[in-house]
Amino acid sequence: MKIPIEAENPKITVRGLSVFYGQKKALGPVSMDMPEKRVTALIGPSGCGKSTFLRSLNRMNELIPGCRMEGTVQLDTQPIYGPGIDPVIVRRRIGMVFQRSNPFPKSIFENVAYGLRISGMTSGSEMSGRVERALRQAALWEEVKDRLTESALGMSGGQQQRLCIARALAVEPEVLLMDEPASALDPIATAHIEELINELSDNYTVVIVTHNMQQAARVSDFTAFFYMGDLIEVDKTQVLFTKPSQSKTEDYITGRFG
Amino acid sequence: MGREHTNREYEQELRRLREQILLMGAKVEESIINSIRALTERDTTLAERTIAFDRQINQMEVDIDGLCMQVLARRQPVASDLRFITMALKLVTDLERIGDLGVNICERVGELNQEPPLKPYVDLPVMAEETQRMLHDALDAFVAGDAEAAHRVIERDVTIDAYYTQIFRELLTYMMEDVRNIYRATRLQSIAKYLERVGDHATNLAEMVVFMVKGKDIRHAGKLGNAGT
Repeated sequence: MKIPIEAENPKITVRGLSVFYGQKKALGPVSMDMPEKRVTALIGPSGCGKSTFLRSLNRMNELIPGCRMEGTVQLDTQPIYGPGIDPVIVRRRIGMVFQRSNPFPKSIFENVAYGLRISGMTSGSEMSGRVERALRQAALWEEVKDRLTESALGMSGGQQQRLCIARALAVEPEVLLMDEPASALDPIATAHIEELINELSDNYTVVIVTHNMQQAARVSDFTAFFYMGDLIEVDKTQVLFTKPSQSKTEDYITGRFG
Repeated sequence: MGREHTNREYEQELRRLREQILLMGAKVEESIINSIRALTERDTTLAERTIAFDRQINQMEVDIDGLCMQVLARRQPVASDLRFITMALKLVTDLERIGDLGVNICERVGELNQEPPLKPYVDLPVMAEETQRMLHDALDAFVAGDAEAAHRVIERDVTIDAYYTQIFRELLTYMMEDVRNIYRATRLQSIAKYLERVGDHATNLAEMVVFMVKGKDIRHAGKLGNAGT
């Protein structure tokens, strides 16, 4: 079995991670590395634990009452669940984009500037520069540069999702977690997001949960397959989709489940 | 491909594809068997029938290619399914070529049958039988998904090559003996060469079976240098 994978350049190192909701174990124990400036995709059927795993990478699970966890998660060499570690700081270094785009009912500019404002930055040229850079990184600048003061809610679904990515990028995180970022988008908007993920991996470590296996195959460098709370297999995407080593993976990706 | 697909239509498509390949394999084998019989029994009618039969094989190649394209476009196969489809696309080319070689043998038989026999055939029928059995076993390995059996087929190709060299040498002596033998001897030499090629195609089929089952490419073993990695 190829678990855990030890990547050459781990950005996030997970060891023996288990997550419980009340008495029920939802995940683990899972051990795997997510290499720096690479895209790691998490796949598996509903309820397999992939979203739970993703959320535990930036301490989102502890917001759920009754949630308990064991094991360690390290960002570089720092344990993110270590004593005295502020979850807010963790989430600044590890940003997240959700399935449903959730722009604030504010202007396009203010949506991106929001994270900067709450971390104490005041309006000025530095802020404008950061907003522009984030919008450019999210491949949205050309489409919105003349209407930055208009409401974000007037944008298309695909644009709104890229705005959320820009908002996550504005605070300059090191890791970007994406929970099915394109599942509510049409094929063209999806293609934009996928292209964007590819570009983002030049500068960021990306971890993406997706129900769409072709999407995992298209965008990721590494793919991890979860099933019933266990990590079954993790490997280079090219290997996993042509010659998986576990029969459970084979059954799932070829559509022989259930 | 042990378990069945959740999507039954997809399962049907894959099953149909498999059946079509097996049917094409059976037809190709029949073509080779008949071309050899036409040779040993000097049966020109059978040779002509076998040549006409090749159209069916060609049609199957086109049909199977179409099926593969359809599955690729609609199902985006992965893992063992992907290996099966990509191999199917290549496999039919080898099968079709074997069918063509059967035709070539029959064409030479037609020419030979216009002349008195050069000599009693000794090695050629043995080589032909060995080649035909190799093809048969390669197809069996495909049906069974048996990589071990496929490996055994591959090992037998050296025997076929050795037969060819031996037959070629013997025919050379006939040609040196009397220039009037050359016309018939070169026809027989061509037939031996066609059979040797059938052995090569059977080897390709067996290599594809290994890839399909194990996901391991064993072609050109140890002779690719660093170019492919």
